[in-house]
Amino acid sequence: MFYFALRRLIQSIPVLIIVITATFFLVRAAPGGPFSAEKNVPPEVVKALEAQYKLDQPIWQQYTSYINDLIHGQFGPSFRYPGRTVNELIEAGLPVTAELALYAMLLAVLIGVSSGVYAGLRPNSIHDYLPMSLSMIGICVPSFLMGPLMVLFFGIYMEWLPISGWGSTPGDKILPTITLGLGYAAFISRLSRGGILEVMSKDYIRTARAKGLPARVIVFKHALRGGLIPVVAFLGPAFAGLLSGSFVVETIFQIPGLGRFYVQAAFNRDYTMILGTTIFFSTLIIMFNLLSDIVSVWLDPKLRDQYRHNK
Amino acid sequence: MNNLIKSWTWLLGLILITFLSIAGCTKGQSNVEQGNIEGILHWGNGTDPQELDPHVVTGVPEHHILSALLEGLVAKDPKTLQPIPAVAEEWSISADKKTYIFKIRKYALWSNGDSLTAHDFVWSWWRALQPKLGNQYAYMLFAIENAESFARGEITDFSRVGVKALSADLLEVKLSNPTPYFLQLLDHYSMFPVHKKTIEKFGKAHERGTLWTRPGNFVGNGPFVLKEWHLFRSIIVEKNLNYWDLKKVSLNGIKFHPIENVTTEERMFRMGQLHKTASVPIDKVKIYQKNNSNLIKIHPYLGTYFYRFNTKIPHLNDKRVRKALAMSINRQQLTDKVTKGGETPAFTFTPPDTFGYSARAAFEFNPKMARDLMREAGYPDGKGFPVTELLYNTSEGHRKIAVAIQQMWKKNLGINVTLSNQDWKVYLDSVNNGSYAIARAGWIGDYVDPNTFLNMWVTDGGNNRTGWSDLYYDDLISKQAPISLNKLDRYTIMAKAEAVLLESMPIIPIYIYNSKSLVHPSVKGMEPNILNYVLYKNIRLDSTLIEKEVD
Amino acid sequence: MVEVKEKLSYEPKDLGGSLWSDGWVRLKKNKLAITSLFVLGFLCITAVLTPIIAPYGYEEQNLLLGAVPPSSDHWLGTDVFGRDMLTRIMYGSRISLAVGFIASGVALCIGVLWGSLAGYSGGRIDAFMMRVVDILYALPFMIFIILLMVIFGRNLLLLFLAIGAVEWLTMARIVRGQVLTIKQQDFIEAATSLGLSHWTIVRRHIIPNTLSPVIVYTTLTIPSVMLLEAFLSFLGLGIQPPQSSWGLLISYGVETMEEYPWLIFFPGLFLSITLFSLNFLGDGLRDALDPRASKD
Repeated sequence: MFYFALRRLIQSIPVLIIVITATFFLVRAAPGGPFSAEKNVPPEVVKALEAQYKLDQPIWQQYTSYINDLIHGQFGPSFRYPGRTVNELIEAGLPVTAELALYAMLLAVLIGVSSGVYAGLRPNSIHDYLPMSLSMIGICVPSFLMGPLMVLFFGIYMEWLPISGWGSTPGDKILPTITLGLGYAAFISRLSRGGILEVMSKDYIRTARAKGLPARVIVFKHALRGGLIPVVAFLGPAFAGLLSGSFVVETIFQIPGLGRFYVQAAFNRDYTMILGTTIFFSTLIIMFNLLSDIVSVWLDPKLRDQYRHNK
Repeated sequence: MNNLIKSWTWLLGLILITFLSIAGCTKGQSNVEQGNIEGILHWGNGTDPQELDPHVVTGVPEHHILSALLEGLVAKDPKTLQPIPAVAEEWSISADKKTYIFKIRKYALWSNGDSLTAHDFVWSWWRALQPKLGNQYAYMLFAIENAESFARGEITDFSRVGVKALSADLLEVKLSNPTPYFLQLLDHYSMFPVHKKTIEKFGKAHERGTLWTRPGNFVGNGPFVLKEWHLFRSIIVEKNLNYWDLKKVSLNGIKFHPIENVTTEERMFRMGQLHKTASVPIDKVKIYQKNNSNLIKIHPYLGTYFYRFNTKIPHLNDKRVRKALAMSINRQQLTDKVTKGGETPAFTFTPPDTFGYSARAAFEFNPKMARDLMREAGYPDGKGFPVTELLYNTSEGHRKIAVAIQQMWKKNLGINVTLSNQDWKVYLDSVNNGSYAIARAGWIGDYVDPNTFLNMWVTDGGNNRTGWSDLYYDDLISKQAPISLNKLDRYTIMAKAEAVLLESMPIIPIYIYNSKSLVHPSVKGMEPNILNYVLYKNIRLDSTLIEKEVD
Repeated sequence: MVEVKEKLSYEPKDLGGSLWSDGWVRLKKNKLAITSLFVLGFLCITAVLTPIIAPYGYEEQNLLLGAVPPSSDHWLGTDVFGRDMLTRIMYGSRISLAVGFIASGVALCIGVLWGSLAGYSGGRIDAFMMRVVDILYALPFMIFIILLMVIFGRNLLLLFLAIGAVEWLTMARIVRGQVLTIKQQDFIEAATSLGLSHWTIVRRHIIPNTLSPVIVYTTLTIPSVMLLEAFLSFLGLGIQPPQSSWGLLISYGVETMEEYPWLIFFPGLFLSITLFSLNFLGDGLRDALDPRASKD
């Protein structure tokens, strides 16, 4: 088990290097430089700026000095916010996005698993059709449609909930969390339902029932573990999806998070910020995928054997 | 199994109740209500400020904050925009209008108690002109003798530049030419004083982005000091107890909210979260004017929205073509139906009545004459006119205008114009490099004088970018106007130049900007003016006027 | 000999037909799936015929009219320029559906080829090809797509390729898994011993047998691709004007949601209905073609 995890970890390193290098050169290839301005910038000023940001050096030198800084954990100065390093900007935006993603994930798992298992325990009844139809809505109505509609209804017509900001007014975290999490709740709901159905038809469950164990024990102690494997496997990609989903949600609700900074940095050609956020996100996603892989192998005896025998 | 399902239903019910109760709790006190009681003004400030170093920033949002933290020699009267004393309590101007002597106020202090002297100004302007600092607004100081040479690195001895401290409280400034708008320039943030000891404590003078601008470090001389700076969330300033005019300052503090999205900003205003917004969404203007006309403030702004021609392109090199294109745009329809902000159609480049200067309108909306001109130029009914591309930077507003004008040209002249939009930085590069045919542009005056609009178009001027050149125009603007000592004469010279410009039409003026914002009735002391200039010490919050519904 | 003859008299009619005819019968019973099929068919036909049947010109403005709610002249209302929304939604469907089908098609081709080659080859080649898939799977594609869109401008072709390049990975995995199972079947061994070339075997025997999960998965990829395009357009990074897709129409509608709710409601409705139909159809196909699986 440990070697498996270690191997996967080492395999992630080349991926990271590819990401860093590809992004570095892609960003430099973009038209539109960071110092273009509407009022004419005299060439001496441009020269001074480029020198300060090391843009006047040959590109390979820039690359190696960037990697060097990276190893020391420095993402470099932001182009757009002269007084700030990218580290600072990430520090400012990360807690917000992390909280949003966490709450959305919790919401998705709680609602998803409970409604999916609920439906799966009584298949083809109203307890099944209702949650599954609702979940279909969650999958088919995208967050950028759901969000504004909820803003319109809950925020503007009913005036029940605040519609912008994060942490400035009580209750302003509710709508963004729901907007981001609902789609994933729907998907997890279907996954859990499928998982539970498959598990419940297995022999060992029938044995447990024949033994006369109460429903609660059967479900919680035996069925859930097997039934939720697809959900755990999904959590890795779900996390990546949540991070990208945050771009839209943070834009709609004006949340000062990393997702929104990323989109703005791309528009502003803030090279270092784009690089920094890309690397940061990629690292997170890779780690999370790794984690979810490891956990699903641990949970599923079949997969565990497979890996044990494949050396 | 049934028990399990029952317990789940319970859980769902619990969640629903929690949700509803939180919903109920959010109706707390609004920012506006609380602000009125505490004396804090909540100001919607558009884009998040890049920095707070006046020699490094370039934007309007930064300007609003810097005007609270720093003060220049001279300020402006918010109603008339005429110069009023600030750090300088009085000044004298020589007969040839090239030498100014400013007397610095005796009790002008920095926020940490240090005395503010003429030496501070000399050092600050030295810093602003440092080539290594990369100050994009250094040109505001070029009116001063030898300032431009110093900024270009052509001379390195700053004592040759025309600013000198005659004593601790007397500052002498020598200009290259009589510059009637010089006093206005002093109120721009690039000419504000900065605290030498603080800057040198955190780095070298020409270093960008050191820690001197952080709360707790920033030392300024304005009515407010920097209290908190939450990246991307808010900037809070509070009253500066060492400010020389403290008695006049009514506000206890200002909270600047960076809100980029205009729709969100308007909603926040409606919910009572802001006293004042930076803008108003286009589709809401008429609604406010009808239902809540006391909340919406619209007035002309010193800026022109226009299209540039790349005159190096063969079919655009013909001024008849350019004039035809200018004359076939129905500007009234544009401002009524598309921009809907009540902007004034522009038939000159300099906005009318710029401190008394009004150029003569050189053309009008006349599709028939436009068609005649096109025929003369060889494109009867638009036949044979090459497909031309209109470039604008990505924005719904610009797109709407471009689409409307594209249709007008098609309808009135029969020509085909395609639209292309690019992100801001890419668009700027394209225009700077001449990779465009027709490009949308806007120009806001840095100060109230026709010169800021007209000196763009001199041959190879940094902001020209059309390839248009006229030596007579250059002579009028660069040689004759600057040496004129009489305002009327000067204006006549400049009007002549503008006539030359409009006769050739390398640019199409479209409309004069409007400033639109929503202001809560409890805010008193703000005067409309064409620069959107605000003197914070004049503002007071009337807490007796607490309105619940702003609907 | 006699036994064989007797056996032959029991022709397929009684013993049930191929996977396809069985599947079709089962699908027909699923009312939801059949309805979705009709809805999709209708949308596709309308999209193709749009230039002929659209009531107004695509960029036909009526500035004096401005934005009006649905009326007899304009069934779905107009936007702030006075452009007919029904027309714009119809033209938008062309782009949205095209992106959906084409990008999924790209993903399909690459995925099937890659997966079947990997599964059939087995051994080192298989391991290597799947390693590539694993590595690519770990990349944060959304971020790269955004970067590509910003850097190289938003053109339609790039969008197709970029989205297709993201979606082929899971297809490859599914196909490979399927191929691994098929490979062990007797008829493949028979074909090999008959001396058919590897390529012929892959083409004629393996790929057709992977079709059923491929079809199901493709039908489910299309909605996620359409969603991805709408998402990008909403952020301002996808389709750019003057072309418009449903995603772009929705993003315009959001800005003026309060004053002109129909501008967001109708494009949103059409997008959701299309996504619903595709998902139900995909579910139905999966139930119909996979004899083992229960719902989901």
